[in-house]
Amino acid sequence: MTHEEIIREIIAPSGTSRAAERSQLLQYLCQIQHQCSYIPGDAITQLATRLQMPASEIQGLIGFYAFLHEQPRGDYDILLSDSISDHLLGSRLLLQQLCNRLGVAPGVPRADGRVTVDTTSCTGICDQGPAMLLNGRVISRLTDRRIDHICALIEASTAVTQWPAEFFQVDDNIRRRDLLLSEETAAATMDGKALRVLLETDGNAILDVIEKSGLRGRGGAGFRTGMKWRFCRQAESDSRYVVCNADEGEPGTFKDRVLLNSYADSVFEGMTLCAGVVGASRGYLYLRGEYRYLLEPLQAVLRQRREKGLLGQCILGKDGFDFDIEIHLGAGAYICGEESSLIESLEGKRGIPRNRPPFPVTHGYLNQPTVVNNVETFMAAAKIAVLGADWFRQAGTPESTGTKLLSICGDCERPGIYEYPFGVTIKQVLEDCGAVNTQAIQVAGAAGTTLPVADNGRRIAFEDVSTGGSFMVFNNDRDLLDMVQNFSHFFVHESCGFCTPCRVGGSLLKNLVDKLVNGHATHYDVGEMKQIGSLMKRASHCGLGSTAPNPVLDLLNHFPQLVESRLAHSGYEPAFDLDAALQEARDITGRDDPGAHIRTET
Amino acid sequence: MADKIRVATASLCGCFGCHMSLLDIDERILELVQLVEFDRTPLTDIKTVGDCDIGIIEGGVANAENVEVLREFRKHCKVLVALGACAVNGGIPAMRNSFELRECLEEAYIEGIGVANPQIPSDPEIPMLLNKVHPIHEVVKVDHFLPGCPPSGDTIWTFLTELIEGKPIGFPYEQIHYD
Repeated sequence: MTHEEIIREIIAPSGTSRAAERSQLLQYLCQIQHQCSYIPGDAITQLATRLQMPASEIQGLIGFYAFLHEQPRGDYDILLSDSISDHLLGSRLLLQQLCNRLGVAPGVPRADGRVTVDTTSCTGICDQGPAMLLNGRVISRLTDRRIDHICALIEASTAVTQWPAEFFQVDDNIRRRDLLLSEETAAATMDGKALRVLLETDGNAILDVIEKSGLRGRGGAGFRTGMKWRFCRQAESDSRYVVCNADEGEPGTFKDRVLLNSYADSVFEGMTLCAGVVGASRGYLYLRGEYRYLLEPLQAVLRQRREKGLLGQCILGKDGFDFDIEIHLGAGAYICGEESSLIESLEGKRGIPRNRPPFPVTHGYLNQPTVVNNVETFMAAAKIAVLGADWFRQAGTPESTGTKLLSICGDCERPGIYEYPFGVTIKQVLEDCGAVNTQAIQVAGAAGTTLPVADNGRRIAFEDVSTGGSFMVFNNDRDLLDMVQNFSHFFVHESCGFCTPCRVGGSLLKNLVDKLVNGHATHYDVGEMKQIGSLMKRASHCGLGSTAPNPVLDLLNHFPQLVESRLAHSGYEPAFDLDAALQEARDITGRDDPGAHIRTET
Repeated sequence: MADKIRVATASLCGCFGCHMSLLDIDERILELVQLVEFDRTPLTDIKTVGDCDIGIIEGGVANAENVEVLREFRKHCKVLVALGACAVNGGIPAMRNSFELRECLEEAYIEGIGVANPQIPSDPEIPMLLNKVHPIHEVVKVDHFLPGCPPSGDTIWTFLTELIEGKPIGFPYEQIHYD
C-alpha cells in the first residue's frame, strides 16, 4: 500500500461524533507513524480538515511525543534504551558500535534511508537489557555479537519478521511470589469470579471489602483505592470511565509489563469490577508505546473476555451491566504516567498536566468522573473481591496492607520481579536478589529516593520508603554521579515544558550536574543546586517537576564526601570553557592572535 | 568626598536600555551623586575601572572583550550586580544561540541585502565572538540579579538606596513582577 492509501484507511471517518474522533487523534498518528515511519505533511493536512482543527495543533502534538516524527525515519528505526540500568550493562558502547557499524550519527537517518539509530528513555526491559526498540518491537539482551548480527540483517534488508525469534524474547523473571502471584490464588479471578461476587452482592459490598482491605494505589502515590472508587461512584454524571494506567515510564519499573504479559485477564477483571462498582460503561488501558509488542496479545485477551460474556453488553447476563475496554497507545512521553496528563493524552492532546483539583474522580476523561488506577491495583482489587479483606491484610503493615511488586535491576545476581509483603527491609531485598558490595539503592526510579547502603534497615512501605516498583542496585564500583547525570538529563528531556520551575530549573540543574561531573563545580554551585532544587520542589506545576531534583538533592545530602571529592577548589569556576568557546570564531576568521584567545584566570 | 561610595557601570552585549532606565530616576540622580561617586561608566567616559564598592553590568557576554571587561569589574568591585534581562539570562542577543555562529556571520556579512565586498571580518582589532551568548554569572560570580527589560528607574532606585543603606534588598510587587 502507498502512504496515501495507508493514511486514507487509518483516518477513514468512523461515523462517531467529531469530539470522539478528535480523542482518537493521537491513535491515528501512532498508526500512521507505525506504518509510514513518519507523519507525512499530507496526513496532517487531511486530519486538520477532517477534524476541523489547525494543522499547527497537530504539529504541536507530533512535537510533544518522542515517538512521532514529521521527517521520515529509517526503514529500520532503532531506539536504544538510555536508562541508567542499560548504561550499567554497557549500552553506551553498544550505541557507538551500532553507529560505527551502520555508518550513522544518532538521530539522523542514513543517506539511503535504510536505518536510524537514536536513544530513548527507559524501555522497561531493565532486567534483561541492554534493550532496544526496533520499529516498535523490543530486542532484549544486546551484546556486541547481537549488535553485529543486527547490523548484518539490516544491511541485507532482511524483513523484521524473518529475524531470529530469540531476539524478541522478553521473560517475566518472576523470582518471588506472594499473595498476588501465588499459584494458589491464580484461579481466584478466572472466568469472571470477581464479577460474579459483584453480581451476588452489590457495589457497596465490594467497596466495603476494598476499603476494609486497606488497598492503596500501586503506582506509588498510595491513594486509597476504595475511597477513589467511592468518590467516582458518588459523582453526579451519566457517564463514568475506568482507566488503567499502564504508562510504566519510571526508569527501572517493569512489573506492569509482566502483569500485562501473564496476568492481563486479572487486570481486565479488576477494571470491569471497578466499572460495575462505579457505573462506568467505557474503559481504557493506556499502554506505553514502548510496550506496543503487547498490544496484539492484550487485544486477544479482550476478545476472549468478550466471547465469555465478561465484556460487552449485559456482562454475565446482567441487564444494564455494559462495559468494554479499548487500548490506547502512548508515544514516548514519561509525563503521561501522571494521571491528568494521561487523561489529556487519552483525549488525543499533548500530555500537559491539568490543575488539580478538580480531581479525575469528578472531572476526568472528557470531564466526566473517572477512576485512574495502576495495573497492579486493578489486579489486587479483583483478588480482594474474591478472597476478602482479611486475606489481603494478612500481609503488610497497618498503613500499607498487602504486598508490593518490586522490579529489581542493576548490580545484583538475580534481577527480576519480586513480590514482597509491605514492610520488607531493603537489607532483605538485597540479600534475596543477590546484591553484594552494594553502594546505594535507587528506590522508586528517577523521581524516587537514593539511599546509601547504610540505610538498608529501612522498609518498603508508604510510611517509610514508598515505591511504584522500581528498585535499582548500584555497587561500589559505580560512580553515582553517572546515575545523577543520567536522571537529570532524563528530566530535561521529559519535562512537558508547561511551567518554568521545571522547564528552566531542570535545565539549570542539568548544567550544574554536568559541571560537577566535569570537575568544575565549586561550593557556590552546590549552593545553587540546593536552591534551584528546593524551588523546583515548591513551585512546579506537577509531580514531575517537584520530584525531578530528588536525585541531585539526595546526592548532596547523603553522599557529601563523594560530592566534596569532585569539587574544584577555587571559589568560582565559569560554567563553560571560555577559550574553547572562541574556537568556532577562530576557525571562521583564521585568527590566532592573542586577542583570539581567553586565558584561564588564576 | 573620600567617603562616597564608588560605583562603576558597563554595558556588555546589551542595548544601553538599562543605562537609559538608570537615568529614569530623573532628579533623584542629584540625591544619588550626594552618596556616590561614579568611576568607569558611560556617563563619565572613564575607560578603566578602579577599585569600587558597586559594579553594575548591563548586557550578556558575547565576545572576548566582554569577558575581559567583566573580569576587570569582578576584580575591582566588592559587589557585582547583573542589571536587566541580558545580563541575567543572555536576553535578546542570546537569540542567536539557536544558530551556528557561522550562520549568523554569513547572514550579516555575506548574504545580507546590500552587502558590498562580502567577507567575514577578521581584523585583530575586532573582539572575537563567543560561539554562544552567556549570562554574566556563567563567567564570573555575581552578587545581585535585577531582572527586567529594562528594570524600571524606580526599581533601580529602590535597589541602589537599599544597597547603599545596607538594608535587605526587597521590592514592592509592581517593581519586580511583569505580569
